[in-house]
Amino acid sequence: MSDTLEGTAHGNGSAYGSQPRKEDARFVRGLGTFVDDLALPGMLHGAVLRSPLAHAKVVSVDASAALAHPKVKAVITGETLAQRGMAWMPTPSHDTQAVLATDKVRFQGQEVAFVVAEDRYAARDALELIDVEYEPLPAVVDARQALSPDAPVVRDDRPGQENNHIFDWESGDAQRVAEVFAEADVVVEQDMLYPRVHPAPLETCGIVADMDPVSERLTVWSTAQAPHTHRSLYAQLTGIPEHRIRVIAKDIGGGFGNKVGVYPGYVCAIVASMITGCPVKWIEDRSENLMSTAFARDYHMRGEIAARADGTILGLRVRVLADHGAFNATAQPSRFPAGFFGVFTGSYDLQAAHCAVTGVYTNKAPGGVAYSCSFRITEAVYLVERMVDLLAGELDMDPAELRMRNLLRPEQFPYDTATGWRYDSGDYPRALAKALELAKYDDLRAEQAARRERGELMGIGLSFFTEAVGAGPRKYMDMFGFGMADGAELRIHPSGTAVVRLSCMSQGQGHETTFAQLVAQELGIGVDAVDVVQGDTDHTPFGVGTYGSRSIAVSGAAVVTVARQVRERARLIAAAMLEVSPDDLEWGDGRWFVRGDEELGYTLAEIARVAHSSFEPPEGVDAHLNAVTVYNPPNLTFPFGAYLCVVDVDPDTGQVKVRRFVAVDDCGVRINPMIVDGQIHRGLADGIGMALMEQIAFDADGNHLGGSFMDYLLPTALECPSWELGQTVTPSPHHPVGAKGIGEAATVGSPAAVVNAVMDALRPYGVRHADMPLTPAAVWRAIQGRPLRSDVAIT
Amino acid sequence: MQVPAQFEYERATSIAHAVQLLGKYNGAGRLIAGGHSLIPMMKLRLARPEVLIDINEVAELGGISRVDGELRVGALVRHTELLDDDEVAQLFPILRDAEKVIADPIVRNRGTVGGSVCQADPSEDLSAAFSALRAYAVVQGAETQRIVPLRDFFVGPYETVVGPGELLVELRVPVRTGGSSAFLKVSRRAGDWAVGAVGAAVWLDGDVITEVGIGLSALGARNFVAVEAEDFLRGRSVSADVLGEAGRIAAEHCDPPVDQRGPADYKRHLAATLVTRALQLACRRAGREV
Ligand SMILES: Cc1cc2nc3c(=O)[nH]c(=O)nc-3n(C[C@H](O)[C@H](O)[C@H](O)COP(=O)(O)OP(=O)(O)OC[C@H]3O[C@@H](n4cnc5c(N)ncnc54)[C@H](O)[C@@H]3O)c2cc1C
Repeated sequence: MSDTLEGTAHGNGSAYGSQPRKEDARFVRGLGTFVDDLALPGMLHGAVLRSPLAHAKVVSVDASAALAHPKVKAVITGETLAQRGMAWMPTPSHDTQAVLATDKVRFQGQEVAFVVAEDRYAARDALELIDVEYEPLPAVVDARQALSPDAPVVRDDRPGQENNHIFDWESGDAQRVAEVFAEADVVVEQDMLYPRVHPAPLETCGIVADMDPVSERLTVWSTAQAPHTHRSLYAQLTGIPEHRIRVIAKDIGGGFGNKVGVYPGYVCAIVASMITGCPVKWIEDRSENLMSTAFARDYHMRGEIAARADGTILGLRVRVLADHGAFNATAQPSRFPAGFFGVFTGSYDLQAAHCAVTGVYTNKAPGGVAYSCSFRITEAVYLVERMVDLLAGELDMDPAELRMRNLLRPEQFPYDTATGWRYDSGDYPRALAKALELAKYDDLRAEQAARRERGELMGIGLSFFTEAVGAGPRKYMDMFGFGMADGAELRIHPSGTAVVRLSCMSQGQGHETTFAQLVAQELGIGVDAVDVVQGDTDHTPFGVGTYGSRSIAVSGAAVVTVARQVRERARLIAAAMLEVSPDDLEWGDGRWFVRGDEELGYTLAEIARVAHSSFEPPEGVDAHLNAVTVYNPPNLTFPFGAYLCVVDVDPDTGQVKVRRFVAVDDCGVRINPMIVDGQIHRGLADGIGMALMEQIAFDADGNHLGGSFMDYLLPTALECPSWELGQTVTPSPHHPVGAKGIGEAATVGSPAAVVNAVMDALRPYGVRHADMPLTPAAVWRAIQGRPLRSDVAIT
Repeated sequence: MQVPAQFEYERATSIAHAVQLLGKYNGAGRLIAGGHSLIPMMKLRLARPEVLIDINEVAELGGISRVDGELRVGALVRHTELLDDDEVAQLFPILRDAEKVIADPIVRNRGTVGGSVCQADPSEDLSAAFSALRAYAVVQGAETQRIVPLRDFFVGPYETVVGPGELLVELRVPVRTGGSSAFLKVSRRAGDWAVGAVGAAVWLDGDVITEVGIGLSALGARNFVAVEAEDFLRGRSVSADVLGEAGRIAAEHCDPPVDQRGPADYKRHLAATLVTRALQLACRRAGREV
């Protein structure tokens, strides 16, 4: 491991380390440029008419009154799009999604028509003038009813589709699992729901589309986490050649997977610009965001865990019913219909494991993979960490001790799991021991015992997670047919400053700083001397974007690779300048110098100046310091961590107070630890949100019950304790600087810790399990032995 | 961004002017104070007033004062002002308790006391708190001024006795010694509306409860109050059992709405718990530990 890191040795001055984010200079002044800040001359405004019903036949759409509105320029309906062959669009999961409904509406909030007007107000007014006749149909709302023979068929548009079944997917060895279960002393079984939640970024989705009728070039500004993929999809949909489409993502106010996909509103805005010849802006409102764009989770899971009486875990068996909504639009590597749920064996040494996932259509919004889920690892970690706690309860064993006994040992890495993943590196017991020590675990248990004596409910919850990020290699992983590799491009200017161009795109993660630090570290130049360009398809190399925590794991590796290429090219030029062989040069302290004579050498800036001067380069050496690459990850990286949560519960009101949260993360080498901590803080807050308050439920007619921030609650600072962070550093052996990625780790790991803590608090009442979100009502009902269902309306 | 339908705008400069404007638009005008209830409804197009009559510059509607044994709270007093007022907190701790848990600082900076009670949202915390205190509402019309007990002010959800040509001028709370008060709320998150909230005010003579007010919010109590529990308590000596029984009586007379905040059985249980706890806290503050 240490040899891979040697290349980054940098004398005394390291470019790594906590430092303020470059991008914050504009953000804290309110000078970021978000898509809604854009105002182009002659720009028109779009608004989407949405279905009030969850399932209905569209009998007719009459837009004549809207068209008569003096400020309305166009109304686009399903029919307009059908004439252009654009009424449907492909999804990343081998399905199609209606852009505007032609035959039926399939979820409440589905796009039915698009009005283009001179201003936002008129566009919104005109929506009320469109007359749609619907013929209501019964809706499939409860995923558990979706496969019943009398369930209405959501996708009768699909040839041969006679029910709501989408896919069956399996992983692991069912036979082996049956064998180890037969040998087991204990088997614990539990049903659990990971409810439908929403990433709810502060900035909703939006676009400005500008089709220039003269140059026939389409420019799109949008909130795109994956600008290059969007461009390719727009080319495919509109027939405009890819080189005449430019997708620009300016600053993005949070994504969390919500902004990976292409939404109908984007396509409508593009068509509207093509029709009117004017730029068209469409900015989603909050309710539209919560009701129609990529939701997350909605996994109905049944886990069974088998163990020996001494606590040795033998096997795990999982059944999942996955609610994908009305269109299978989950944004995940296309050969993985259940994302990376296959890592459900977690951090433990299991002899056998098997899962079977069934995906179904329902009359709900499409999505499933979003909200920092790391392609469904949130669900997988929640499942296994709840099961381990249930097993501890059954065996009457301390959950920390049970975990310690079963965690993978450091000498087992690289470790091949029972479901076919190769974990790269880790020292799990060390991380868990550190978390227990930080929390003063033994003292907490003693305090809990004393409180229980007094009838007070205190709970301590643990969770140990293994993440899998940086999907690759490309031969196994693609999105929309694009291999999940990332390009990077680096240019050194004559003065020795640099511009690095990324294929990924920040939504707040601090790419402008972290990636500058990566380049600075490799080249021995200042972090301020490196400009980071991202989010513009005309100015960045191709790549699949920022999501799944992949930026450092994949784009980061690409950037380091390209910087090392530039460094090698600098070596050739330096050798010519010094009239020695390149082999005689050594790199150190940001200079190439003659081995044995440190005085004789040049910095990168000196080499750059000479490279662009009248200096005659040796034959075969192009005198520039530019490079371009594409990085194809050999494997994923596997960050991990140990979390511990302490809660107090009021049994009479059901209120949960999170008192403490200890998080020990190992994400390999940390480039900017301050940014890493910030990412962890966010993910921990997510975990509290999901565990205690976030949910989207539907009533029996398919009405969405979480369509505003009054109904869909996000946690505030007051629900968050002062986070207690710790770390261990286990470099990834195959990443060029040993980094693993941190974007989603805390979101993946934290919900289970909170739920385990609440369940631990409720143990005196004999409560084994209650589904998230653990609202006051849900906790009280769990104590009463009558748990609430969180996917349907409370009655 | 959600955008409202078209409306006209007028700015009132005095109470008389506001009343005159209300008359001029004859039912089509809608007063706007802090706008924290009205504007969200307009953006969602659940409200479509033709004319907004802005009372934010009517100085006469502001201010907190103590006159003739009454605390007077102007309709335009912002949540923050009520929260920060030390005399209010000393006279009626229930009000500071409530204001601490109403919305968030952003809403509290603009939202007003008058707007809150006139909105008559069944989950409004101040309606419960001021009803527990048996406040009076001063309502100004074109010709006359009426003084209405707050317990008669609410006609139903989102409906009050304030007529189309009238406005609320202030709330008046009788100041009496020998008691104290408290407000408790359970919500799913800071800043969220109540799953259930209860305010209690008690006046004691030694151990004996001479007068009591219990207000409930979001729990389906008629006119925001628990009259039966109040009747039960009046004249009784304070004890854990008595306060527990008052909680049970209050819960029995609630008809809690069922929504995503909770099912009816839970909310009823919460009503009982919070009534008892709010009474305990009020008694403790009045010097009588229970
Ligand atoms: C995010 C958020 C969270 C909130 N959380 C809570 C909470 O936890 N608890 C709680 O109790 N409340 C909560 N509220 C509500 C808030 O307290 C009130 O909405 C707000 O303060 C109402 O006052 P306003 O001045 O903003 O009223 P406005 O919105 O201006 O008006 C509300 C209504 O009252 C009428 N009106 C206003 N003034 C007068 C007057 N003088 N005479 C006659 N009619 C009048 C208006 O015409 C309108 O119909 C929340 C609001 C928001 C936006």
